[in-house]
Amino acid sequence: MEILMAITVGVLFMVGTYLLLSKSLLKVVISLMLLSHGAHLLLLTMAGLQTGAPPLLSLEAASYTDPLPQALILTAIVISFGVTSFLLVLAYRTYKEHKTDDLDQLRGSADE
Amino acid sequence: MCVFTALHWATISPLLLAIIIPFIYKYVRQIHTGWFVLILPVILFIYFIQFLPTVSNGDIISNSVPWVPSLGIHFNVYVDGLSLLFALLITGIGSLVVLYSIFYLSKIKEQLHKFYVYLLLFMGAMLGVVLSDNLIVLYTFWELTSLASALLISYWYTRKKSRDGAQKSMLITVFGGFSMLAGIIMLSIITDTFSIREMIAQADIIASSELFIPAMLFILLGAFTKSAQFPFHIWLPDAMEAPTPVSAYLHSATMVKAGIYLVARFTPIFGGAAEWFWIISTFGIVTLLWGSLSAVRQKDLKGILAFSTISQLGLIMTLLGLGSATLYFTDGQNVEIYLAAIVTAVFHLINHATFKGSLFMSAGIIDHETGTRDIRKLGGLMTIMPITFTMSLIGLAAMAGLPPFNGFLSKEMFFTSVLHATEFGIFNMETFGMLFPVIAWIASIFTFLYCAVMFFQTFTGKFEPSNFKKVVHEAPAGLLISPLVLASLVVIFGFFPNILSKSIIEPAVVSIAPMLADSAYLDVDIYMWHGFNTELMMTIGVVVLGTILFLLMNKWVKLSIYKKERDPFNRVYDGLLAGVSTGGRKLTDSYMKDNFRQYLIYIYSFIVLFLGYMMIHLDVIALFPEVYAPIAFHEVTLVVIMIAGAITVAVAKTRLTSLAALGSLGFAIAIFFVLFRAPDLALTQLVIETVSTLLFLLCFYHLPLFKETIDSKSSQIVNGIVATGIGVLVTVLAISAHNNRYFDSLVDFFVDASYEQAGGNNMVNVILVDFRGFDTLFEIAVLGIAAIGIYAMIKGSIKEEEL
Repeated sequence: MEILMAITVGVLFMVGTYLLLSKSLLKVVISLMLLSHGAHLLLLTMAGLQTGAPPLLSLEAASYTDPLPQALILTAIVISFGVTSFLLVLAYRTYKEHKTDDLDQLRGSADE
Repeated sequence: MCVFTALHWATISPLLLAIIIPFIYKYVRQIHTGWFVLILPVILFIYFIQFLPTVSNGDIISNSVPWVPSLGIHFNVYVDGLSLLFALLITGIGSLVVLYSIFYLSKIKEQLHKFYVYLLLFMGAMLGVVLSDNLIVLYTFWELTSLASALLISYWYTRKKSRDGAQKSMLITVFGGFSMLAGIIMLSIITDTFSIREMIAQADIIASSELFIPAMLFILLGAFTKSAQFPFHIWLPDAMEAPTPVSAYLHSATMVKAGIYLVARFTPIFGGAAEWFWIISTFGIVTLLWGSLSAVRQKDLKGILAFSTISQLGLIMTLLGLGSATLYFTDGQNVEIYLAAIVTAVFHLINHATFKGSLFMSAGIIDHETGTRDIRKLGGLMTIMPITFTMSLIGLAAMAGLPPFNGFLSKEMFFTSVLHATEFGIFNMETFGMLFPVIAWIASIFTFLYCAVMFFQTFTGKFEPSNFKKVVHEAPAGLLISPLVLASLVVIFGFFPNILSKSIIEPAVVSIAPMLADSAYLDVDIYMWHGFNTELMMTIGVVVLGTILFLLMNKWVKLSIYKKERDPFNRVYDGLLAGVSTGGRKLTDSYMKDNFRQYLIYIYSFIVLFLGYMMIHLDVIALFPEVYAPIAFHEVTLVVIMIAGAITVAVAKTRLTSLAALGSLGFAIAIFFVLFRAPDLALTQLVIETVSTLLFLLCFYHLPLFKETIDSKSSQIVNGIVATGIGVLVTVLAISAHNNRYFDSLVDFFVDASYEQAGGNNMVNVILVDFRGFDTLFEIAVLGIAAIGIYAMIKGSIKEEEL
């Protein structure tokens, strides 16, 4: 299963990188969401996908899944959400000010 | 131990006075600031004179104050013959130059405080160089001399030529200084000390080290750049933009001799090696020849003097090179002939300081009184400026090597040394040794020639009042004192050279060749008359050929080479300087294109290539089938949905499709979290995915549509390649770096501790708020900052005019 997940993560990174390199500001924001999805899945995969009980002690199971990566991913999800929303509004403001979302047209404007 | 002795105070006293000078300048405007400065070098000169009896007895005065003791850096002052000789030159000529500058620089027009601060800075730095025993301290003062020199050259900073000259001297001397530092560090690596005396004690260890040659080359580079040796001499003529007192002091008598000092100081360490011998004598003799040839082409009095300084420095350097052979033989065979070279070097060093100082000052007087230094405009000044004429005549005759002045003596001794060079019989001297006397002789002819040109063009011929802006007359007495003192020294040393020999030349020679301290050969005795020998014939030849060349000048002034005033090596320097700046700009422009995507491509390509190379190089790509979880059918379906979703996001034609695909991808990930037993993650992912999608939808109303043609085909291909590289790399990395190989996870700890220590059953939540609560605290901070930022971006809009 890990191999399959590694391939999925690879596809997410590939698509994310491809969009990050595009000229459209909106696609750059979307790409960051894809990249963070990829990173979260990678974290989970790296911890090992062996089956065990969910990390709840009340289940009184023999073995549990590792809770630490889950805590890390939870933190990462919230942070990437904060950053994505900020970037989205930033893109919105940029478009309002400059009437374009083409990154090539945005560079070297007189505002610098 | 930590007490400064009088010697320490003497060394840094110029620096201390430099602090006070601006206040004196500000509050005592009626009196020329120079008078206050003058007191110090005079006191110092008298103070250093006191050491003469001690030093000529062969004693050494040394005092140490720790500076950075943990690094072995101590402020050691050390007075032996060589240091004392230089200290006397620095303070003696320093006093005369300050006196001269009082009359040379106007109290009203010039910013005197700056001038004297820089000059004192220089004087202190120079004393520090010659009196330090610790090489790091020496280096500190060495760079301070470069700095002070650049400040003094650009004293009239509103002129472009001054600034260019200062930049050039700074670049070249600091380049040399840095390489010298490298040499010093190499020596300290070998010997584990920064003290010169301790290094001399370990000279045989240094000689057998593999760093011997590199250390020697780096230190010589420092010495050659400072002492304007070929081909680093080009800064010196341009430094003539400085006020004349500065040229007289720095660029003839003291700073340019710092390199000579360094070579002499290091001779006990490196001397005796063939490389040292050949490099120094070859560069010296080439500098001697080149300087004398170039001086003839100059039309500016100070230009001629600058090249003649270069040439004379080359002469001293040659002698030091030849003299270093002394250290090859410790058992005295032929030692007196090598030793003669060192004696001559020291003697000529003193002579050059006296006559060159007086010549510069005379040139300054001529400039001051006529308003020009161009020899084509000058002429017939003999009767108008009789005292300047007399002083210049003495100085020029000494420089040309005519009797009965001191230059004649050192020139004769120089010829003796180069003639003996052929008899050395070591370091392959028998093959190329013959070149030394020949080149020396030719250089002397040209020395005679430019002296003659300078003399006859300035003082004889017809006086043309129309050439000058002011009424020309003899200089005021104050200006004449200093050059008169120096010119009289030229005559005194010419007639009575032996007053110098026992008192200062002998101790200095002992410093350069320490093992001869008790030797019978060391009996310096200089005579005016040696009988009719080869040297005298050579001098007569110089005079005859020089006169013939001078008389035929009308014939060869028309040659194009004669008209080129600027040294051809300046083109190399200018080319390098321009090349570095335009080359640097071109290089930066070639990749810094203000293009965000291009930079991303650089970063990603580097990651792919470097990480990929390292993974292949370290052979870490591997599979670990034993730890993999089994694959279930529904998981495969989910993976297919995710991949399809991701690809749809990328290729979608409309933004709504793209958004829908992004949402489905997010929800698929939430289901994955369910499958892999992460209930909290699944909850959060679902909520956040929903909120993000809503946020996108809200913003979409205001955001532009996707455009079809926004990316060109070629950039799409490049982006595709880079993106594929990243994807493959991440996949391979994820498979190869799979965990469970080296150590177990922390799961057992959390199972044991979550309830017992933290009182919670949900391990993930206990980690978030208890075990790793700080993560959560700052994650909350991140959300808060993002919220404030978003609010500020929407509500606040600061227009440019409001800023």
